[in-house]
Amino acid sequence: MKKLQHKKTVSLVGKAPAEPLSRRDFFNRAWKWLGILAALEVTGMFTAFLFSGKSKKQSAPKQLLEAGPVDSFEKNSVSAFMGGRFYLARQKDGGFIALSLRCTHLGCSIAWEASKNRFICPCHSSAFDIAGEVLNPPAVRALDYYPVLIENGIVKVDIGTIVERSSFRKDQLQYA
Amino acid sequence: MRSIFLHLHPAKVDRSSIEFNRTFGLGGMAALLIVVQLITGILLRFYYTPVPGSAYASVVFTKNQVLFGQFIRNIHYWSGVFLLLIAFLHFLRVFLTGAYREIRTKNWLFGLLLLVLIVFLNFTGYLLPWDQLAYWAITVSTNMIGYLPLIGESLRTTIIGGTELNADTLRTFFTFHTAVLPLLLLLLVFYHFWRVRKAAGILMPEAQEKPEMIPVVPNLVFKEFIVALVLLAVVFLFSALFNAPLLEKANPAYSLNPTKAPWYFAGVQELLMHFHPIFAAFIIPVSVAAFLAWIPFLNYGQAPNGRWFISEKGLKSSVTTAKFAVIITLSGILFNEYILNFETSFSFLPAFVSNGIIPLLILTGLMAGYYQFYLKGQSLSKAELVQAVFVFIIVAFIILTLTGIFFRGKDMALTFPWRAF
Ligand code: HEM
Ligand code: FES
Repeated sequence: MKKLQHKKTVSLVGKAPAEPLSRRDFFNRAWKWLGILAALEVTGMFTAFLFSGKSKKQSAPKQLLEAGPVDSFEKNSVSAFMGGRFYLARQKDGGFIALSLRCTHLGCSIAWEASKNRFICPCHSSAFDIAGEVLNPPAVRALDYYPVLIENGIVKVDIGTIVERSSFRKDQLQYA
Repeated sequence: MRSIFLHLHPAKVDRSSIEFNRTFGLGGMAALLIVVQLITGILLRFYYTPVPGSAYASVVFTKNQVLFGQFIRNIHYWSGVFLLLIAFLHFLRVFLTGAYREIRTKNWLFGLLLLVLIVFLNFTGYLLPWDQLAYWAITVSTNMIGYLPLIGESLRTTIIGGTELNADTLRTFFTFHTAVLPLLLLLLVFYHFWRVRKAAGILMPEAQEKPEMIPVVPNLVFKEFIVALVLLAVVFLFSALFNAPLLEKANPAYSLNPTKAPWYFAGVQELLMHFHPIFAAFIIPVSVAAFLAWIPFLNYGQAPNGRWFISEKGLKSSVTTAKFAVIITLSGILFNEYILNFETSFSFLPAFVSNGIIPLLILTGLMAGYYQFYLKGQSLSKAELVQAVFVFIIVAFIILTLTGIFFRGKDMALTFPWRAF
């Protein structure tokens, strides 16, 4: 079988000692740079095209969802708001937190298991307590939450803003 | 027709290079399945709507109302599965006969790229039915990206166009699945073929006598025809017997238990059950990929001889390494699952250390021991040593993948396949 030989072409570029640039070389180079410039412009245009239409959410406006009057939520209880994609959890001491449905491990939707007093993720069985703190790995971060506002005894949740945190802190709770 | 074949093939070939068990025809099978995917994919596109509100209904319609709809969908599904399996076997064949270096270096690298493209074609296709299976498998897989250091989260939100799967995600995946990736795949496949010819065909062991050259038509083309017919028969048979899965419509509020990544990511998912995500989804896969891309560039001292496993010694050390890999992977999985959970046992340490650095150090120690007490004594050549490392990685990967697919049930706990399904 015939082996294909790789012909070694000897490159002259850069080897010739500072000869004055001939007219032809000058044009060759100019064309090359123009080509590169054109390629960059086109790439820039494509990138701008692809990404400019996507980043609509600069600063999401407040999107308040009314959850209900403070008294309608018992202490140490959890209510699901599937439309708003959160659980409103009222702690033993009366503080409110609106926990995102999304498990911080790989994003499945957690479910509240009242009998075990914890959130359990069906995907890889992470567990979280009523304030969203991790009870059982593989999740390593506490659940994200949405800011809660209490105005005139009505609990409202800002579902336009999601807050990430590594663990639970007392000041994440809202009181009436 | 004749001229197309002759563009892909030389006029004459070495008789022994077209023996079936030289290549098992794997490369050609992969090419055929790509054509099958193109045709059935285009057919499906005539009915498919890439919008969350109607995607699922359009697939149900294709399946139930369109003549042969279920069958075409099944072919697209099964041929996608076979394509990935066959491309993987082709990759093993190429490595194990030593055809990954010297003049074939570029084709090795582009071959890896082809494998990645096929994985991504499967992956982007997986989302399109927009059922519970699709929605949650793609959710957990894209969330793995979020664990990449620094860029992870922004990369994830860019890819899915938001913080969770939405209409943009589906449109993007659809565009990649039906336009960008197939075009790239075709270009690369032609380049791949051209490079095979440039390397003067496949790598053959040095022959005793002068190779006997025979014309490609009819010798090779006839063989290819038979392989093609048999392969198509198998794909059609599978498609007639087993339906492509389709669960209820995607429901973002309710996750499946268990939620599994698509089967080709089951190995990474299994790693995630044992290692901190930065290790499982980033450090380990990237190191493996880097190793695969790097092996053609090592200095081996001599040209590959084209024999399976290089030599008797190479075969023996590979078999032993494969056994070692099976034992260490299985016992690692069982140990971590039932005896010692690094994360909860060392909860005073950051998870990155307890569930990342510590288990990785233990594994490295075991491998170093294996090298010290076995491999070193075999006085292997460099190529044989690299081969042993390759075999270890591949066998461990296969065990992890099989565990993830067949031995994980409810709550992702270990079970037996007959209980998991
Ligand atoms: C070449 C490699 C390809 C692979 C590996 C592949 C793989 C897949 C997979 C795994 C699915 C999901 C099937 C399911 O879960 O039911 C899918 C769906 C789909 N693919 Fe492809 N595909 C390929 C090429 C194409 C092409 C070229 C087109 C169109 C131009 C296409 C169009 C579609 C459509 C419309 C669907 C959704 C319909 C359905 O799920 O029934 N595919 N593909
Ligand atoms: S996604 Fe919740 S445990 Fe994995």
